[in-house]
Amino acid sequence: MIELERQRITTSPQIHKPISTAAVMWAVSACLLPAAVWGVYSFGLRALVVMLVSIAAAVLTEFGLGLVSKRFTILDGSAFLTGLLVGFNVPPAIPLYIPVIASVFAIAVVKWTFGGLGSNWMNPALAGRVFVAFSWTGPMTSWTIPRNLVDAVSSATPLSAVKSGLFTYSGDAGGPMQFLSEIGYPHSAFDGKVTDFLRSVFEPLGATIEPGYGDLFFGNIPGCIGEVSAFLLLIGTVYLFARKIITWHVPVSYLVSFGGLVWIFGGSRFGSGAFSGDVVFHLFTGGLILGAFYMATDMVTSPLTRKGLLIFGVGCGFFTFLIRFFGSFPEGVSLAIIIMNIFVPLINKYTGPKRFGVTKKGEE
Amino acid sequence: MKRLSTFPKGGVHPPGRKHLAHSLPLQNASIPSLSIVPLSQHIGSPAECVVSVGDVVREGMLIGKPTGFVSVGIHSPVPGTVKELRRIHLPNGVQTDAVCIELAGEFDRLGKSQETVEWENMSAKELLDLFAQMGIVGMGGATFPTHVKFSPPKGSRVEFFVINGVECEPYLCADHRLMLEKIREIFEGLRVIRKILDPEQVLFAIEANKPDAIEAVMSYCRQNVLDVKVMPLHVKYPQGDEKQVLKALTGREVPSGGLPIDIGAVVSNVGTVNAIYEAVCLKKPLIERALTVSGGAVKNPANLKARIGTPVSQLLEECGGFSEMPEKIVMGGPMMGFTVLDLDTPVTKGTSGILALTGAEIRSANQTACISCGSCISVCPLGLNPRLLYKLVDHLDYGGAVEAGLMDCKECGCCGFVCPAHIPLVQGMRLGKRIHLKNRKKA
Repeated sequence: MIELERQRITTSPQIHKPISTAAVMWAVSACLLPAAVWGVYSFGLRALVVMLVSIAAAVLTEFGLGLVSKRFTILDGSAFLTGLLVGFNVPPAIPLYIPVIASVFAIAVVKWTFGGLGSNWMNPALAGRVFVAFSWTGPMTSWTIPRNLVDAVSSATPLSAVKSGLFTYSGDAGGPMQFLSEIGYPHSAFDGKVTDFLRSVFEPLGATIEPGYGDLFFGNIPGCIGEVSAFLLLIGTVYLFARKIITWHVPVSYLVSFGGLVWIFGGSRFGSGAFSGDVVFHLFTGGLILGAFYMATDMVTSPLTRKGLLIFGVGCGFFTFLIRFFGSFPEGVSLAIIIMNIFVPLINKYTGPKRFGVTKKGEE
Repeated sequence: MKRLSTFPKGGVHPPGRKHLAHSLPLQNASIPSLSIVPLSQHIGSPAECVVSVGDVVREGMLIGKPTGFVSVGIHSPVPGTVKELRRIHLPNGVQTDAVCIELAGEFDRLGKSQETVEWENMSAKELLDLFAQMGIVGMGGATFPTHVKFSPPKGSRVEFFVINGVECEPYLCADHRLMLEKIREIFEGLRVIRKILDPEQVLFAIEANKPDAIEAVMSYCRQNVLDVKVMPLHVKYPQGDEKQVLKALTGREVPSGGLPIDIGAVVSNVGTVNAIYEAVCLKKPLIERALTVSGGAVKNPANLKARIGTPVSQLLEECGGFSEMPEKIVMGGPMMGFTVLDLDTPVTKGTSGILALTGAEIRSANQTACISCGSCISVCPLGLNPRLLYKLVDHLDYGGAVEAGLMDCKECGCCGFVCPAHIPLVQGMRLGKRIHLKNRKKA
């Protein structure tokens, strides 16, 4: 006679795809690791302390609220990820109480007042960042000179250098990179090699290459801890795409719409007319890669269907462009994503799936 | 090579795991000493018991007669004595009376050569009546009475008749084996069906993961110059569903709330066609069926021809028992099947498989809140929003859920399969549908 030790009674389906909420959250956290390591390398151990404090504040807040509402949710990894992203989004030299407040605000106010995981309508980490950015503007824009820019005197980010420089500028540099060269923005030694390589490829084709793109792409620039290295952030996305944790829809529509607008209108400030904007400069500065691949793709606060995701991405690109070019903030990514978060329910309402076997009224 | 067609929207690719059993020929399962034969094995009204305790029954004798049009007969799978009438729960939640028959006496069919009967002179009406008497239902799992399905409304034209050999559920290989071993019988059954439905075109749908079956069916059609179009399909779950297989074959969509006949099609499973052959040509009622016993915890997976009423425990024992302790015992496929509570649960007409699954195969995880990933929407083959439907049902808004398409849901399980939050979405749909139907009956 056969006998069973235990029997599990469940409803169909009886098998499951090897995925879970926790797996998603931990996978995203793991994919952020290379960029985090780079932040610590570039800005020193202080950056590590900031990230650990942010994570600890987020996880403890989650734990405390979990005790109150009798829900044990730490292991799903979402609080860890929120804390890590808060750490990614603050400058390395920030006084530690600021990321703590950002994390607590993100978890307690943005996430739990709406009902915890899955119920928040805006990205908690971004909301925390924006909250403290408006409250402590000074510390949130005091940057640290990265390790590889030893002889730099100013620690302004490329975007803020351009933005503040343009107030009093009346020349026609042609583009942001030329402008930065004019004001003597520093470059690393490594950037020289990248520039030489780019020149050997593109100059025969008639293009002129300004130095500095290598620093932008690989992350030898001042900025928030996790946002500087576009290269390492992109490396991390390979796994996310392979596991289908994120899809191409948001990042591609975001980057294409933003890049398109920059290309069309971005050159006019430098006196070079339409269709001459420096797309590459704008893609790899101001935390856009971090925002487009890791923040705008947050499942909870992005639309449900592919069509909705595309609309969402385009909207993010549009608002990022508006804020970056016409607002008083140099970056614009966090605010753009939060603005689009507001539209998500509306987008969902009008981009539902097409039902099988249902034709629109009047059609045959 | 030409790209094989499939249904375009949604669907998933669960691990097939058919290699466990697909090369094993069908064997006769041993006869149970006590058969437990439920009177409700089909969709529609249960059969009415026509025997009482102590009666002696013969193999294939009617023990439950159909009650009404949407009902079929139930027959004794073995010769013996009626021991008791028992109230049992089937894994799908149906509560039904079951006739328990203790094996005794001589078999009328088993081990004897069977003559084929002339049927060409029978009219379509007589054939359909015979189906109901012989207890023929859809063998793919839905168990809808075949004579009802084959009675299209007057004036409708059957453009396509589809033999469904898709078998998209993982693990299951019974249909696959039937196509390899019973091909002559299946095509004889098709002749009967042609007489009833007179379709303009016959399509034979097989998924591309069964190349030997595709080859066997194609060469049989070539040799016998049969007007049947064999259509290999790209593998994707739930292609075996009528709506999806018709979309894949013809590009037409069965309207929401409608039936395949609305687009001029009738679909039958290969197992059903084989049962039609046996009922019409051999006068053998539906008392046994092909099923697959498989799963990571089964020592020797097998494809068996088991008598209706055989307890699950006996079939598992026949397959050598467990190689490791299973986490779940499932009747049917892993995507749509039900877990078994009681190992005495009998095989019914809809049991396409018995699976003993290990924890590694199930991959369960703790349920969390919905994280709005949208996976359920992108995999739903019917274009529903499972997340929304679940929420509406959860908030007791059944009217809203029905408006959002709840009744279209076929419970195929794609949404539940992909949900990272492990929310029991299908259970939500099932509950909502049941309550809606109950409310409608009351109103």
